[in-house]
Amino acid sequence: MYSKGLAPLAAAAAVTITAALALVFFYAPNDADQGFVQKIFYIHVPMAIVALCGFVAGGVFAIQHLRSGDSSWDLRSYVAIHLSIILGVGVLATGSIWARASWGHWWVWDEPVLVSFLVVFLLYCVYYPLRFSIEDPGRQARYSSVFAIAAGAFVPLNFVAVRMAESFTHPRVLSQTGGDLPGDMRLTFLVSLLGIALLFVTLWKLELTAKHASMQLKRLRNRARVAA
Amino acid sequence: MIGAARTILRKDLLIELRTKESVPAMVLFSITVYVLFHFGLDRDSLDGSLAAGVLWVTLLLAAVIGVSRLFAAEREQGGIDGLLLSPVDRTALFVAKATALFVFLTIVELVAVPAFGLLLLGPGLGGAFPELLAVLALGNLGVAAVGALVAALAAETRARELIVPLLLLPLLVPVLIACAQATEPLLRQDAVAEDLGRWLGLLSLYDVVFVLLSVAVFDFLLED
Amino acid sequence: MPALPLDEAGKYVAGAYVVFVALILVYVAIIGAKIARIDRQISELVASEEDE
Repeated sequence: MYSKGLAPLAAAAAVTITAALALVFFYAPNDADQGFVQKIFYIHVPMAIVALCGFVAGGVFAIQHLRSGDSSWDLRSYVAIHLSIILGVGVLATGSIWARASWGHWWVWDEPVLVSFLVVFLLYCVYYPLRFSIEDPGRQARYSSVFAIAAGAFVPLNFVAVRMAESFTHPRVLSQTGGDLPGDMRLTFLVSLLGIALLFVTLWKLELTAKHASMQLKRLRNRARVAA
Repeated sequence: MIGAARTILRKDLLIELRTKESVPAMVLFSITVYVLFHFGLDRDSLDGSLAAGVLWVTLLLAAVIGVSRLFAAEREQGGIDGLLLSPVDRTALFVAKATALFVFLTIVELVAVPAFGLLLLGPGLGGAFPELLAVLALGNLGVAAVGALVAALAAETRARELIVPLLLLPLLVPVLIACAQATEPLLRQDAVAEDLGRWLGLLSLYDVVFVLLSVAVFDFLLED
Repeated sequence: MPALPLDEAGKYVAGAYVVFVALILVYVAIIGAKIARIDRQISELVASEEDE
């Protein structure tokens, strides 16, 4: 049911990520200011963008669930948020490594995108205790959906607030994550972004398939138990 | 709908008036946190950003108590079933609960803000008025909307006392940013209003988004 | 800050990409464990069907 197109997607993700890695290390030039360290950008920023899109997608699926009452949308929302949290761990880890390499500290508070990401990450981590402390399946799906919608709306709002706060306390402008990249760097970045996005969708479908299979199996076992 | 909301609100305020469970606890908590900050920071008087930070972190932590007790009366006396069985619009319930929280927060601040001025603030509160009132009012509105939503989300989970603070505090980060940044220049030695419009604008945006969002999704919470 | 020399920067870049690869490997391992459990439960189910 969820595994449609999984094999071609996985192949496309593998090809794109291989191409992205080749572009990062053999094609893209070293950054004029930061040098080789800037290569972290091609893994850190695409992961962050995909994770944030995953959080927002989780909210959109949750709206679908509340509208239709179809619990498969709740499953989609749950798996999207779950995968985004896993990517989020990668975003914070690579961001921290980047900060250490280019500013000498493992954490910098004047990088608004990273700081807002931390706040969003902390919020989404509460999804698990919330979801798993509700036993009734219907209520679990409904409450999780409400959380996913509220948190999805919180993501852009939080970004605005943190950016405003940082730009007032630290007026210096950081252009590392800005859009004014030279052409070859931009191409490398876009291929990396596509690769991570394809990987995300592949893993999303894989996990949905696994979750669906285990749910079907549970039903079968219950039926066998009733028959016995 | 307004009638139903008013009835629930009156019930909540009456219960609070009789049992005096939430508001005095929140006030007591705030003052205790000031004492903790005095020793933790080892400072007798604060001003500027330190003062704004201590004030707002304390108020938001006190709000956690109010939020986790928002549905306490219903839960303890089984009133939640009665409320859910009665044909009350969920929007009315949200409006009533958010308003009750707003009133509680306002009463707490009536004591906790002057207490802060007395205990910790160096420059005195005089220079902060009337701008601080606008910041407090818009801040309370945001906390009330998000607080009512979080209280309803956590109301039927097993790990309620755990989920309320973990959920509420990250959601309130934009409120903290806007309120603390707007309050900071008001609490300096030479109090001025600086960038007030920008931060009040951010607070208003936050309030509008979360009030509308809560009204939209509240229907799906607290169903039978 | 001036750009780090290549040998110094290489460690950090390698670290960041290792984090990414490790994350995916751990994820695949967890999914693999889940599928192994499903497989085991199906085997049990088949065995109990054959008993009857």
